[in-house]
Amino acid sequence: MKKQIQILSISLFAFCSNVLAQNNAGLKLPEGFKASLYANNIGSARHIAVTKSGVVFAKLNNPNKEGNSIVRLEDANNDGVAEKINGWAKFGGTGIYIKGNSLYASSNEAIFKYDLNSKDEVLNPLTPVTIVSGLLDRRQHNSKSITFDMANNIYVNIGAYSNACQEKDRMQGSQGMMPCPILDSAGGIWKFDGSKQNQTYKDGKRYATGLRNVIGLDWNTQTNQLFVAQHGRDQLNSFYPNLYTDAQNAELPAETFYAINEGDNAGWPYVYYDPIQHKKIVSPEYGGDSKKEGAAEFKDPAVAFPAHMAPMGVLFYTGDQFPAKYKNGAFISFHGSWNRSPLPQEGFFVAFVPFKDGKATGDWEIFANGFAGMEDGVKVTNTSKAKARPCGLALGPDGSIYVSDDTKGAIFKISYNK
Amino acid sequence: MGNNKVKVFVNIGLFVSCLLSVHFVKAQNLVNGKKIFETRCLVCHQSDGGGVPNMNPPLDGASNVNGKDIARLVKIIQNGYDERVALDGMYYNNAMTANPDLKEDAIADILSFIRNSWSNKAGMVTVLQVKAAIAKNKAKKK
Ligand code: HEC
Repeated sequence: MKKQIQILSISLFAFCSNVLAQNNAGLKLPEGFKASLYANNIGSARHIAVTKSGVVFAKLNNPNKEGNSIVRLEDANNDGVAEKINGWAKFGGTGIYIKGNSLYASSNEAIFKYDLNSKDEVLNPLTPVTIVSGLLDRRQHNSKSITFDMANNIYVNIGAYSNACQEKDRMQGSQGMMPCPILDSAGGIWKFDGSKQNQTYKDGKRYATGLRNVIGLDWNTQTNQLFVAQHGRDQLNSFYPNLYTDAQNAELPAETFYAINEGDNAGWPYVYYDPIQHKKIVSPEYGGDSKKEGAAEFKDPAVAFPAHMAPMGVLFYTGDQFPAKYKNGAFISFHGSWNRSPLPQEGFFVAFVPFKDGKATGDWEIFANGFAGMEDGVKVTNTSKAKARPCGLALGPDGSIYVSDDTKGAIFKISYNK
Repeated sequence: MGNNKVKVFVNIGLFVSCLLSVHFVKAQNLVNGKKIFETRCLVCHQSDGGGVPNMNPPLDGASNVNGKDIARLVKIIQNGYDERVALDGMYYNNAMTANPDLKEDAIADILSFIRNSWSNKAGMVTVLQVKAAIAKNKAKKK
């Protein structure tokens, strides 16, 4: 009897994992790709990083139920599912990056460095080195996501603690401040030396400005250039109902993907990018009327995505596993919107932007969809009903990519079957 | 005897119409509250009151929304809310819009609506309660 139950439960388990594998962990993928649920319920997994041996590290927004905010995951038997999971660290945050034998992780105001041994285990979980501290955290847009260039410089997003730099944030009728004082210490990308300890603002350099909030960023090693994805401003219809209908607000402004050069200014809060007119438009807080064009000095996006979808991760695909068209193109994860209400939400997918000769071609496509867990053809109306929301992206040593979810804490592994 | 019967009937009639009018007033308050919710609150707190994870807290099932501290709720509606506080154990990062132009009766209606929508079943909030709350919040400030 006992044996029978055992056999039954084993075959049930095999059946379930088979079904899970067959249905690609619920994801819809292009022909030839498959996905596994690498991990689930690990906590609010923001950005992720994978070592050369395939160990995954996830940075959690808040400590999980075990009290850890960095999680290490290992899939020793290589079945696409992590079986060895542990963690440490009390500080919530978003950024995580592996450079050589160092693991960098960010809180919402600082960047720390840990050392890895030859088994990709952390040697100093309790005593990380502080690389940068004292970065502004005023709650709104406080994620400090990080990336590195090919020298040892760190680029960190310091998001603007505001929607549109009004005198009173998110208040109808409140004017935009001129010049916007937030831009001195936030609303841009700062550059620091990855090998120096205890840096603060004065040791860093404002590398790019006029970026409201960037969570996804990555260094393009082909063009030796930083690429960032900005979260466009909210609530045009709430504050300017005479200029913008609910339907217009749902499509304005674009979520913008920029190829950044040092000193660039993307124009927040003075302008926003209108993906229908294909123009930078003066923000209504700065005298705009939904048509007046903004100054030419502000940067144009490399790609303009539909509004409010919230880009969370950018990953240039330098792996060898996926078909040739993916090589050196960019994956961008979209968290899914809330500010398209009362219209249905959009996003909750991973997009792919093809690159040709180091330049983005505008013809982006949806690569992986179905994270929200809705039935076919049904859109998310209320954001909290989405089962998973794509966040971090990372490349594995075998050329697979990983996608994290910060609602329940799933990690999906996506591979191509040659 | 007959006279008494009439009296009883009249009394019952008065009572019922009283109940009906209370019911009607209540329904009207909730209709007004819903309108305010849709124009000012829905975008952040969403039509199901579920909020947006890590950004805007849910109102559905929130212990403060269903709780007794009306003065705090009135203050949040009037002044907006942008503090590092845990709400039912979770932190939210967005800044809530202030509503300094909402009149006392409108504040009563929007609070009554959020306290009696989705799965929430808390008491209605009256204009008198809102007035008392505003006075209390003012006294505290001084
Ligand atoms: C711009 C987005 C936004 C809008 C619009 C908004 N809220 Fe909020 N609301 C928030 C955020 C964010 C918080 C939490 C703030 C914090 O943690 O400091 C909050 C908190 C609250 C709370 C406290 C919840 C608790 O559990 O204590 C109530 C009640 C509330 N809002 C009601 C409303 C009502 C009613 C409206 C419309 C009149 C409204 N909100 C409009 C974002 C918004």
